[in-house]
Amino acid sequence: MGKRYRRGWALRECGFTVPAGTVCGLVGPNGAGKSTLLSLAAGLLEPSEGEIRVLGSNPKNAEVRARISFVSQDKPLYPRFTVAETLQLGRELNPGWDEQRALDVVRQGQLPEHTRIGQLSGGQRTRVALALALGKCPDLLLLDEPMADLDPLARHQLMGTLMAQAAEHGTTVVISSHILAELDSVIDHLLLVDGGRTRLAGDVDGILADHRLLQGTDAMSLASHTVVEARRSGRQLSALVRPRGPIAEEWTVHEPTLEELLLAYLRSPESPAPGSAGADARTEAAA
Amino acid sequence: MGVIEYRIERRSGIATYLQIVLQTKQALRLGVLLPGDKLPTAREVVEATAINPNTVLKAYRELEREGLVQPRPGLGTFVQRGLGNAEAADGSPLRGDLAHWVDQALAAELDRDDIAALMAAVLEERLAAGATRGTIEGTK
Repeated sequence: MGKRYRRGWALRECGFTVPAGTVCGLVGPNGAGKSTLLSLAAGLLEPSEGEIRVLGSNPKNAEVRARISFVSQDKPLYPRFTVAETLQLGRELNPGWDEQRALDVVRQGQLPEHTRIGQLSGGQRTRVALALALGKCPDLLLLDEPMADLDPLARHQLMGTLMAQAAEHGTTVVISSHILAELDSVIDHLLLVDGGRTRLAGDVDGILADHRLLQGTDAMSLASHTVVEARRSGRQLSALVRPRGPIAEEWTVHEPTLEELLLAYLRSPESPAPGSAGADARTEAAA
Repeated sequence: MGVIEYRIERRSGIATYLQIVLQTKQALRLGVLLPGDKLPTAREVVEATAINPNTVLKAYRELEREGLVQPRPGLGTFVQRGLGNAEAADGSPLRGDLAHWVDQALAAELDRDDIAALMAAVLEERLAAGATRGTIEGTK
């Protein structure tokens, strides 16, 4: 799948699957194509080549879009509506609306229900946008940098709310974020997008198990392994590798954390992507 | 909230599911959790800790595999048996052997840190040799 804007390709040869029921992290540097990918999955954009399937169909279909909630970075809400009027709009536009769920999110943040959206802080608007998204009772929740303007308490509360939603309703969640530590222990599936292409796609535990952090001296050989990143400081050599065959005993070996793995990939845009391992060539999201 | 609240440390280097397993076992050892108690639901745990629900389910499956808890469909996950630590109690043969070994180590002029490091290294080595991932016992 690919998406071309006037200025060039935003996504190219992008193939991945997000299994239903997972919490998937969408990671990549600025301009990598994350927002484009989410807009494509939400049916707001159409691919220029290939196709994207969401919940088994084209996300342009009205029935599919009714089952998707998308919270974009700019969180478009009517600034002149009050919080209560915004929820009322959600209730009237969505047949499967769950008032209690939306109210819980708003009340947890102690938002005054009769304040206009335009007078709320950025973080409070985010809370209203998430209340709308959850009140719709979606099967697929697409979130573009949802936590960026939230304070630490609100961030923890809302992440807890999202996880509870996933636990209780089996909602598939795709969440983009720059804050790598925030994704650790939250996501179980990973999409790493860089330069418009998917570099890693798959189950987090599987991806971590395929990689090792090696520490040794620069006299030691990495030759047999696929090197994602190698760093030298003095005589010390540290490397993130995908091992091929046994690792020589002289290395100190660790399994990387998610953050270590992602940083190593982001620092090395030229390093080879895993072949078929962990990646699935089908262009199908949340099948 | 139920009878136990989990504390998740994200930077501890211990896998999140394993933290839940270890904290549950600790609660069983201390008698904080008793047979018949209900563990919190996955929803309750993730709402409080903001971790992935599958992590909680993985931890509970591990506890079930070890015979410590049992899921009852539609009701929740219940403690099946406590962690009787007869093997670790005063006067048990295992404990006696270890005390004897520590005496030998002290006689050989190893200090507290040396002994702890040696214990940890041998434990790691034996676990790596004998056990596959996921069957690690948290028992001290």
